Parts: sequence; C-alpha cells; structure tokens
Amino acid sequence: MLEVVDLRCERGERALFDGLEFKLPAGALLRVAGANGSGKTSLLRILCGLALPARGDVRWQGESIRALREEYHRQLVYIGHAPAVKDELTGRENLAVSCALGGTPADAAVVGAALERVGLDGYADLPARHLSQGQRRRVALARLAACEATALWILDEPFTALDTTAIGCVQEMIAEHLERGGIVVFTSHQEVMGASITAYTIELGG
Amino acid sequence: MFKVLRVVIGRDLLLSMRRRADVANALLFFILVASLFPLGVGPEPNLLRTIAPGVIWVAALLASMLALGRMFAADYADGALEQMLLASAPLGLIVIGKAVAHWLVSGLPLMLLAPVLALQFDLPIDALLVLVASLALGTPSLTLIGSIGAALTLGVRGSGVLTSLLVLPLYVPVLILGTSAVDAAAGGVTVQAHLLLLTAFLIFAGAFAPWAAAAALRISLD
Amino acid sequence: MSRPSEAAQSPRPSFGGRINWFKYSSPQSFFPLAGAAIPWFAAAAALFCVAGLYVSFFVAPTDQQQGEAYRIIFIHVPAAWMSMFIYLVMAFWAGAGLVFNTRLSGMMASALAPTGALFTFVALWTGALWGKPTWGAWWVWDARLTSELILLFLYFGFIALTAAIDDPRRADRAAALFALVGVINIPIIYFSVQWWNTLHQGASVSLTRAPTMAATMFAGMILMALGFWMYSIAAAFIRVRCIILERERNTEWVAEYMREQR
Repeated sequence: MLEVVDLRCERGERALFDGLEFKLPAGALLRVAGANGSGKTSLLRILCGLALPARGDVRWQGESIRALREEYHRQLVYIGHAPAVKDELTGRENLAVSCALGGTPADAAVVGAALERVGLDGYADLPARHLSQGQRRRVALARLAACEATALWILDEPFTALDTTAIGCVQEMIAEHLERGGIVVFTSHQEVMGASITAYTIELGG
Repeated sequence: MFKVLRVVIGRDLLLSMRRRADVANALLFFILVASLFPLGVGPEPNLLRTIAPGVIWVAALLASMLALGRMFAADYADGALEQMLLASAPLGLIVIGKAVAHWLVSGLPLMLLAPVLALQFDLPIDALLVLVASLALGTPSLTLIGSIGAALTLGVRGSGVLTSLLVLPLYVPVLILGTSAVDAAAGGVTVQAHLLLLTAFLIFAGAFAPWAAAAALRISLD
Repeated sequence: MSRPSEAAQSPRPSFGGRINWFKYSSPQSFFPLAGAAIPWFAAAAALFCVAGLYVSFFVAPTDQQQGEAYRIIFIHVPAAWMSMFIYLVMAFWAGAGLVFNTRLSGMMASALAPTGALFTFVALWTGALWGKPTWGAWWVWDARLTSELILLFLYFGFIALTAAIDDPRRADRAAALFALVGVINIPIIYFSVQWWNTLHQGASVSLTRAPTMAATMFAGMILMALGFWMYSIAAAFIRVRCIILERERNTEWVAEYMREQR
C-alpha cells in the first residue's frame, strides 16, 4: 500500500501543492493530471524518493520510504521523463543493466521476451543511438515486461511518443499488473486507460 | 549487492570502450601539459630533474580533474542517474563502482604513461618506480575526492571550472605526498613514510568520499 | 481507505499539530530578533576594537628584534583565528541545515562565508605586509600562510557554489555538504602543508612567537579577536536579514514589512 501524508511541494518559493493525502491499496491505478507546471513530475519524483517534499511523508506498507530506501527501490519501477537509455548500448544491454540495477536481474531470455513484447525484437542488438524517439521510449518501457513482480510502477507520461500499437501494449501491461495486485501511478493529460479499468485521478493545480 | 557493483563497473567500462576518444583526449592533455614545461623553463637537465615530480604530478592531477566531467554528467543528462538513485543497492556502493570504472580508464593509463614522460625529464630509474607507485596510490584518491565535486556541480552552468575550484584545494595533500615521495626517491631517501601516508589517505578517501558523493548526488537530483 | 480524488488538495493549516522545536529557526521570527541584536553587536565590536587597538599600539612593548613592524600581528593573528573559527561555525550551521532541514541554517552559513573570506584575506594581506620587513619578501611559502591561502580557496569555492545554483534550497544543501567536506579536510591539508614545509626549508620561521609573548600583547590580541568576533556576528546578521528578505519576498509578512518601511 502506498500512502501519502500531508504532502507539500515547493518550487522556487511557490507551493505547487499542499496538504496532499491519499492511500493506494494493492491493485489500484492512479492517474495524476494537471496543466503544465502543476507539479505532476514533482509529485512522481517525491513518490519515488528522488525529491524531498517540503513537508509530509510518503509511506510504503506503512513505513516511511526514507527509512526503507533500497528495500523500497527493490519494489519500485520508475520510468521518468528522460528514458535513461544509453546511446552507446544496445536495447538488450540497456534493459539488462536497468533490470540489474533495480534488483531484478533478468537473464537473456527474459530480456529478449520483454523487448519482443514492446515490439522491438528486430532492433534489440542495435545501439540505441540508431533508434527513434518512440523506440527508445519502448526500450525503457520494456522494463515493465521484465519486472512484472515489482509491486509499484511509477510512470511519467508513459504514452508520449508512442504509436497506437505501443500504447495498446503498455495499457495491456498496466492492466495485467493491476490484476496481479500491483499498484500503478502515472501522469497523463488524457484519459488513456480503457473504460474497463477504474482509475483514481488527482487533478493538480486545481 | 555486489552484483550491482559489478554491473555498474561493467556498464561504465563498456560505455568508455565505446567512447574511446574521450579517454584518449584526457591522456593527450596529460602528455601535452607535461611536455610544455621543458619548453617553458628551458632544457637544462638539472632543473628538469628537480621539477619533474611536481610537473608530472600536477599534469596528472589536472588531467584526472578534466576527466571528472565524464563521471556523472552524461548519466545525469539522459536520466540514467535517476535510475541509479533508485537502485537496489546503496548509492555509495554505486558511486564506488563508478569511481573504480572511472579510475580504470583515467587514472590507470596516466599511471602507465607517467614513466615515459619522466624519461623526458631524465628522472633516475628508482624514482620512476616510486612515481608509478605514488600515482597508483594517489590517483584513486583524486578520483574519489573529485567525485564529490563532480556530483555537487551537476547541471550547474560553468560546472567544469566550478568543479576545479571546489576540488583542487582538496587535492593538495595528495599532491604534496605524491611529489615528495618522488623527490625523496630521487634524493636517495627512504620513501616508505610517504607511500604509507598516501595509502592512509586513500583508505580515508575510500571510506568517506563515496558517501559524501552519494549525498551530493541526492542533493543535485532533488 | 480514502478515495484520492476526494482527499486530494484538502487544505491544512501550516504547522498544524506539529511541535516547533526551534522557535527561532523560522526566518520570520529570526528576522526581527537579528534586527534588534545588530546595534548591540556592532557597538561591542567598536568598543573591543578601540580597546584592542589602544592596547596593541600604546600599551604593548616594542619588540627588540622586529621593532614596531611586529604590531601588525595584532590584526594578523586575530584575523587568522577568526578565519578558521568562522569556517567551523559555517560548517556547523551547514551540518545543522542538512540534518534538521531548517532553512535558516543554510542562510546563516551563506551569510557567514563572505565575512570568513574577508578575514582570511585580511590575514593573508597582513601576513604579506609583515613578511616584507621581517623576511624581506612579500610572500613566503610558510605552512600557516599556505594553509590560510587554501582556506581562502575553500571559502571561494563555497561562495561560488552557492552563487552558481539557482534553486536556493539546492544551493544551500550543496554548499553545506562542501563546507563539511572542507572541514574534514582542513586538518589534513594543514598537516600535509606543514609536513611539506619542514621537508623543504626546515621549521625555522614561525609566525606567532607564543612562548615569549608578553601578557599585554596577548591581551591586545584577545581584545582584537573579541572585536572581530562581534563584528562578524553583526555583519552576518545584516547579511542574513537581506537573504531572508530576498528568499521570502513572496510571503505575506515580508510584504507587510516592506509596507512599514516605506
């Protein structure tokens, strides 16, 4: 369970949000919406523990993530604005490294299957600098397929730069994850998940 | 946990392998700086022999400082550093991994090149060995201390100059110990004390700097 | 379980139900306190400095070897003391800011840095002025002078780092970490420089001649050091008030304060 208590975030002496509270049980999907600059990415970075809130706390299974640290990281997949894909490494190498860093080492078969799932099977051994923007994005998102057992997914604008097939694929992965009892938090401007899944929504800057 | 360490070292080495030009540039810089001094002070062999330890050490120090920019900046720009902050191993350990990989491609080649440069300055053979030993013990300390400066200045405008401003004063003990070791060897004095002190400094830096750099990374990515 | 959409954005009073441990750690309450304290510290600084200068120029005996020129140590030594002391205080505030996450600590640290750099510079400058008649050179690579020079670089690094980072919170925290790294390194730097010094010229010259110092000389130095100390506090308070106003310019209380000033 992911819990947020009395969260306040400031950027440049201005409060982006204040007194934010919510609890997400297993199997919950949370969409963070809001205008540009309303603090969506800031909220996600706070949820991961990358940024410190000006006040308040984020708790995972009842414990503060600042106390849990690596233990929390092991149960977290964060895919940020920057895809964290190295130009010099192939898709396969990129994915293997990011899985190993995250504490869920993936063998060659898992990596191959994950890349195939996001439709990159023909490009797995190409250095990422030869890939398009959307393809790099898919290399990053392939981590979701390789880290199914990781409980919490935090995704910053996962659908940008993706074509319709890829969007469908990501939606499918999210739906499966929720069914497994995982938690997904993502930011998006539009309602992208199908009607079959109920998502909680936070409107920031409202 | 040590698997993560291995992964980080392997990844950074692979990245440097595929960006060999960066590594070579820092080495060329080292050779160039050291070669400028005889042109500046004149070819008098005795004078060159006197200034050789200092010149080579200062050149090595500057070259290793130049290389610091590579340590975190690229990973910061493409978001890979964020993933390292969220890794399943303590961040200090990841910094150690990055420092080891960084030293292998920046400090180690300096150390291997230094004797060749020292021959230009006509250093005696005994002093050559001590020079290599002092660089072997000293350059890892430089990388470790430098990692703090590099982490603090991530994403800051003019970060290269700023890093040197922060890091160079902290390099002073290593420079003093390193050059005096070579000086002592050239003068025929025992060098054990110098090398032991360098080792002590390296142990101290190794125990302390990765955690300071980790804290600096957290601050810079906040 | 509460529905996020309902619970979101519920307004809460700031500091509601939270014990405020350090009452004056909030910039708002420290601002008037510092304002009230400045005249007192400034007056004390003037008093101590006048007394100190009187003692050092009229009471302290003339040195047989160095004549009147030695009197510059009444500025030089206290300035050197203050330069190191202020670095320690700065590092203390920096550490407190990192641990307790109080905003005022970072502001105090960055307010102290220019004063510390000033005293370091004064110590170097007077050291050079003293060196010329004593050793015949403006600059000697004496262990203390060299350490002082490196201390000046550390101050400049701190100031440059604070200035280069736009986000004030990140600037404070990054500079704080640097100050702490520096404070751990200063003893190592000092000992290595001293060691280097003995290797190269032997410990022949030493700036302070503590064993032979007359009691009045010591009194003069202490008085000057107290004066400098009071001055540092007054200067840091003036600077921290400026920093507070700048950082909190969007808040209600600063707006009100500015209206009152007009």
